[in-house]
Amino acid sequence: MKKSVFLGTLAATTMLAGIAAAQDGSTLAAIKARGELICGTNTGLTGFGAPDANGNYQGFDVALCKAVAAAVLGDATKVKYVPTTGETRFTALASGEVDLLVRNSTWTYSRDTSLAFDFVAVNYYDGQGFMVKKDLGVSSAKELDGATVCIQTGTTTELNLADYFKANNMTYTPVTVADDSEGQRQYLAGACDAYTTDASGLAASRATMADAENHIILPEIISKEPLGPVVRHGDNNWGDIVRWSFYSLLVAEEKGITAANIGEVATTSTDPEVKRLLGLEGDMGPMMGLDNEWAKRAIAASGNYGEIFEANIGSATPIGLARGLNALWTQGGLQYAPPVR
Amino acid sequence: MALATDAPKESFRLGMLIYDTRFRSITIQVIVLALFLAALSWLVNNTVQNLEAKGRSFDFGFLWQRAGYDIGQQLIPYTNDSSHGRAMFVGLINTIVLAFFGCIFATVLGVMVGVLRLSKNWLVGRLMTVYVEVFRNIPLLLWILLSYVILSETMPAPKDFRVTDEMTAAGELPAASMMLFDSVAITNRGLDMPAPLLTRSLGSVEVFGVPFNLSAIVFLLIVAAGLYANHVIRSRAQKIQEDTGIRPVTWWKSIAVIAGPALVFLLASGFYLEFPQLKGFNFTGGIQVAHSFTALLIALVLYTAAFIAEVVRAGILAISKGQSEAAFALGLRPNRTMSLIILPQALRVIIPPLISQYLNLTKNTSLGIAVSYLDLRGTLGGITLNQTGKELECMLLMMLIYLTISLIISSLMNVYNNSVQLKAR
Repeated sequence: MKKSVFLGTLAATTMLAGIAAAQDGSTLAAIKARGELICGTNTGLTGFGAPDANGNYQGFDVALCKAVAAAVLGDATKVKYVPTTGETRFTALASGEVDLLVRNSTWTYSRDTSLAFDFVAVNYYDGQGFMVKKDLGVSSAKELDGATVCIQTGTTTELNLADYFKANNMTYTPVTVADDSEGQRQYLAGACDAYTTDASGLAASRATMADAENHIILPEIISKEPLGPVVRHGDNNWGDIVRWSFYSLLVAEEKGITAANIGEVATTSTDPEVKRLLGLEGDMGPMMGLDNEWAKRAIAASGNYGEIFEANIGSATPIGLARGLNALWTQGGLQYAPPVR
Repeated sequence: MALATDAPKESFRLGMLIYDTRFRSITIQVIVLALFLAALSWLVNNTVQNLEAKGRSFDFGFLWQRAGYDIGQQLIPYTNDSSHGRAMFVGLINTIVLAFFGCIFATVLGVMVGVLRLSKNWLVGRLMTVYVEVFRNIPLLLWILLSYVILSETMPAPKDFRVTDEMTAAGELPAASMMLFDSVAITNRGLDMPAPLLTRSLGSVEVFGVPFNLSAIVFLLIVAAGLYANHVIRSRAQKIQEDTGIRPVTWWKSIAVIAGPALVFLLASGFYLEFPQLKGFNFTGGIQVAHSFTALLIALVLYTAAFIAEVVRAGILAISKGQSEAAFALGLRPNRTMSLIILPQALRVIIPPLISQYLNLTKNTSLGIAVSYLDLRGTLGGITLNQTGKELECMLLMMLIYLTISLIISSLMNVYNNSVQLKAR
């Protein structure tokens, strides 16, 4: 501890301070000692990670932080949310400022390798889209030649945009904004013709606009954006905990375990996999340094994957996203958890 | 009496390093230096170790890799196929252009305000005081955001300029129209104005990947030669005036030597203006100045000019009252007194603090990220840093570049400062 305080005063960059702090022991031990999970989240993307009217973080990504906290610490509320922008998020994670980053971050080759991160799972399969005002009279992204496009800096969308316009032999003027709220402001002020980011983010932004019906999301999806929780390289046990906390939510949906019926299922279920997952059979928890009831608590925190989806971004919410690619594999989607065995 | 004897020869003992005042200060300095070096090497060693532990290398190879992103304002050719190094260079030029125009306008405005603040006219003096106090006491970032929001929210969108067939049939006018004989358009994105072009250009030469327009260089040389010829004509007129008391008429000669050759060159090269036209989503053709640049320039100039005004006022007040009284006694008018007597002397006091204002302005350009102006901070320290994940390299390189720019500015200004200082004769 002393070491990191000393370092903090001396270090020329926060990066130096952070790495040393993160080095002391495993992430799991550090979280248990601290009694709190530090989760990097969005500065504010409705439905995914944004403070509600009472200032409590809520959302699809935030629910995963809660599930991990419940699995590790036994209490879903023991999470400290650190809002990060597209630009600061990876530095925050690399420096050890956050234990876990769940912030609509796209899994790419270079982030996985040269940035030395592990994308432990994909909690939302997304793709980049465009939003334009209806009165612009554009119905396809291919008609955007010469347009001014607002784009968040430090994202994969920046590179996809350049590639897409080049591949279609079109030109554009980029307006580089720091975060989603600034992007929306510029787009609404008319400083750009189109706003581009992940289609889920566009839907979330559109839901918060006063005149949502005057904006349309163009049909083209120009990229693959697998979004998922990220941890640092090097602490594989911690990566396992986050991965399986997420998969336990998927398995729960598959097996029909919900936040409401989990107590009942735990007592009555005869399915061996459910019993293993809920810690009634076998010794699964200690294999990654947790107790046997970790998954039970993770699921009880905010329900299974499907419940979290519907509560935060599903078709009943203002954001109104369909499950689509994010349906379970049994229902034609891509969400597939390896067996708990 | 020869009491003074040589001091007893004392051999050097280790304790003298602390107890002997002759050595003590040196001892302390050596210890502090050693501690400083130890801390520094520990810091460097720590960084190296941690980078190794993270499996991250420390190299600048990424500067030669494909950047993959686009930049809004580019004064040298750049595409997303160019390298990160080139993107950095584009950003650097954006920084320098902003700083250059910022320093010039801030100096002009600052000197005017500084002089007017001392005006005997009550209203003018108070107005300038209000300006100075308001601008230097509110954070610069707020001024930048304010001027950007005003520009981007109040100006019409490009589509408001469009005239459709239905509108002409109905005899309606578009919501907005261009100014100055349809040559200039101000939209909520930027200022579009005519671009000077040549039909028979001399081409361009490329130096380190930066194209220099030969026609522009020749044009500037011709104008410079004209200015020199004008200087010769005027000093000859001065000499004649001193000899004979009659100043020959020179204004038509001046105009002829300055404007004549330049005009001939432009006509010979086929000079024309390319007007901006509304095509698709935006105006195309002509020169486009994005509002992010304009807003930054306005805010930087207004903010820094408030400080420069105070520097100028201090410089003027430092000149003894006797100087202006003597000038008035000789019959000089107040504005001639200011420009011929007071300001030249005040410069000696003004320039050193002015240098630091220039440095401040230059460093403050890095706030451009707030309004999407891609300067060095936005390219190298923003997108490149993020896409490559080379935080340490990008930050160090960026700091080194800002340091270099600042040192160049301050050494140039110091040369000028030395030339206006009092000379001991």
